[in-house]
Amino acid sequence: MEYKKLDKVDISYIKSIIPDEERILIGDFINEEYSHDELSGTSSYPDIVVKAKSTEEISKIMKYAYEHVIPVTPRGAGTGLVGSSVAMEHGIMIDTTLMNHVLELDEDNLTITVEPGVLLMELSAFVEEHDLFYPPDPGEKSATIGGNISTNAGGMRAVKYGVTRDYVRGLEVVLPNGEITEFGGKVVKNSSGYALKDLMIGSEGTLGFITKATLKLIPRPKMVISLLIPFPTLDHAINTVPLIVKSKTIPTAIEFMQREVIIDAEQYLGKAFPDKQSDAYLLLKFDGNSIEEIEKAYDSVAKLCLEQGALDVLISDTEEREDSIWKARGAFLEAIKGSTTYMDEVDMVVPRSSVNEMVTYLHSLQKECELRIKSFGHAGDGNLHAYMLKDDLSDEEWEKRMSKAMEKVYDKARKLGGQVSGEHGIGFAKKPYLRESLPEVNLILMNGIKKVFDPNNILNPHKIAQM
Amino acid sequence: MKILVCIKQVPDSNKVEVDPVTGVLKRDGAASKMNPYDLYAIETALRIKEKTGGLVDVISMGPPQAMQVIKEAFSMGADHGTLLSDRRFGGADVLATSYTLAQGIKAMGEYDLILCGKQTTDGDTAQVGPEIAEWLSLPSVSNVVRIRKLEEDGITVDMDLPDEVEVAKVKFPCLLAVDKDIFQPRLPSYVKKSETKDRTIQILTLDDMKDKDEMNYGLNGSPTQVQKIFPPETNDKKEVWDESEDVLAKKLFDKMEELKFV
Repeated sequence: MEYKKLDKVDISYIKSIIPDEERILIGDFINEEYSHDELSGTSSYPDIVVKAKSTEEISKIMKYAYEHVIPVTPRGAGTGLVGSSVAMEHGIMIDTTLMNHVLELDEDNLTITVEPGVLLMELSAFVEEHDLFYPPDPGEKSATIGGNISTNAGGMRAVKYGVTRDYVRGLEVVLPNGEITEFGGKVVKNSSGYALKDLMIGSEGTLGFITKATLKLIPRPKMVISLLIPFPTLDHAINTVPLIVKSKTIPTAIEFMQREVIIDAEQYLGKAFPDKQSDAYLLLKFDGNSIEEIEKAYDSVAKLCLEQGALDVLISDTEEREDSIWKARGAFLEAIKGSTTYMDEVDMVVPRSSVNEMVTYLHSLQKECELRIKSFGHAGDGNLHAYMLKDDLSDEEWEKRMSKAMEKVYDKARKLGGQVSGEHGIGFAKKPYLRESLPEVNLILMNGIKKVFDPNNILNPHKIAQM
Repeated sequence: MKILVCIKQVPDSNKVEVDPVTGVLKRDGAASKMNPYDLYAIETALRIKEKTGGLVDVISMGPPQAMQVIKEAFSMGADHGTLLSDRRFGGADVLATSYTLAQGIKAMGEYDLILCGKQTTDGDTAQVGPEIAEWLSLPSVSNVVRIRKLEEDGITVDMDLPDEVEVAKVKFPCLLAVDKDIFQPRLPSYVKKSETKDRTIQILTLDDMKDKDEMNYGLNGSPTQVQKIFPPETNDKKEVWDESEDVLAKKLFDKMEELKFV
């Protein structure tokens, strides 16, 4: 596809729509951060960055871009990890961070309607003030809700509450031709035709531009208690996970972590972690409305863990204790990043019964591929994050070893019935692995859907299933 | 080494309601927890015990529900617990509180080291620890942020003062009031909690004290008259600066310095 290169006429048109010079960045005035996201190694500058303030502005720009075949890339806070918000064909980047208003809290329907640039931490703080709860809890709290919907972000409460998709009721979308439409609504049930709302979720800004989202809320659980469980070895810890899942108790989270990563997080945060007696830990979180209810819920799991060889079961039942654990957990990604020169990540998801096999395999790969690999993650939902670290390897050697390790990891995940991405998306960086993991016909369907939404292929091209 | 840790049950948050009629804190029904500073004191005690052996006991004063924090201390690793509980102890200010605790400690026996948290999060006076030491004629050090050396006959510690850190060597028996972050407190253990579920907590009343004069305890023994209790005002003051980069950088630095962040 030949795209039109942005020229003076285009720029002056955009300026006529955006009556505020500070909201337009051109050429050298485009900050370096707009050329990449947080991890993928994918880098490309847009020609112009527009900080939109309304659906109408976005609609007008999309309409113009559609008519003139100029590529457009949506962008939230830029915290993605696979290059979804990088402008591969340059053109126009529309930044939604100024569209950060809560539009309506509907306490009758238990929904909240927000603009896409509202940050996850702002959203959860806002609803919790009203004694309500938005359960999805990805580690990156400074991501926008628009971005979370676009990757169908999961997070740490997925075991009990599910992922972003489960909390999106309705979306306002600007289509690639500039038309404004709505998918879904405040309704709880909906069997009215194809689930277009659900196509939008996880489409990484390739089908339409999310300009408003109506999200489902639930009453806020009054209390949380976490259990930090030290095990003698990683194998002991991870082999217990399928048993916990099977035991039919439902923690909100089952995470696994290793001492090395905890120590990185301590250094990164400058704060001590409350326990260091062991190499491997499980971290479980339970919520409920009274201490008695939660204690009853966790008692059998605590006993199960001890039977499986846990050294102890440590109880975190106050805000200070929760902070000392979960702040460290939230900082793992940044902490690992700080411990090396460069890294790449794998975000695969496997059936929950195979999570132990996958973790053990990841561990063994370090030796086989002569590469430092650190992993932690949502053991309870089968979504594992493994980080391959470059350290002081030469570029060439890094590329070689990392590619080999990646191939092997995805191959193993495929054999276990897993998928390439659990929550970070495919974007640009993971395209080759998606291609290998899905049947040809699925990719053809995906690209066919893309074509129906975006016949000129102007919205975020070269992503997901496209070459 | 025999160590005693003084602990207190406090409201779980600072959003405690005040009864508009009586002006008294509404404690009933409010969630409570162990005073966070006391967790550092318990951790310090357990670390010393791990080095020297011995016993870690805890003492608290309050209504029967304060047994919860003693049980919590058991699940962290404390050996014995005593609760000073008597209606006649109620309404005590810092003087009467420290006197009651000192009397209770005397009734319990001799300790090489008494540890307290620097202060509580409800009263915030930071006076009870040092006053206990006075009643017991023991040397005491407050704001202890670090243990430098632990010896047979004494302990060398860093005391955090507004402008400097003072290094103090004290002989046992003594009392130390520790500041936060001296050690990261361990989490309560489910295993220890189960093991100590039925452990007896010793209850002492006024009748067990050497001084049985009611006038020295509770409201009677408290010279402090509380005029009014009210929730603190929350401060959400914001300052917005609109200046050139250079000026902003300087202003920000000065502000951080003023607020002691740098």
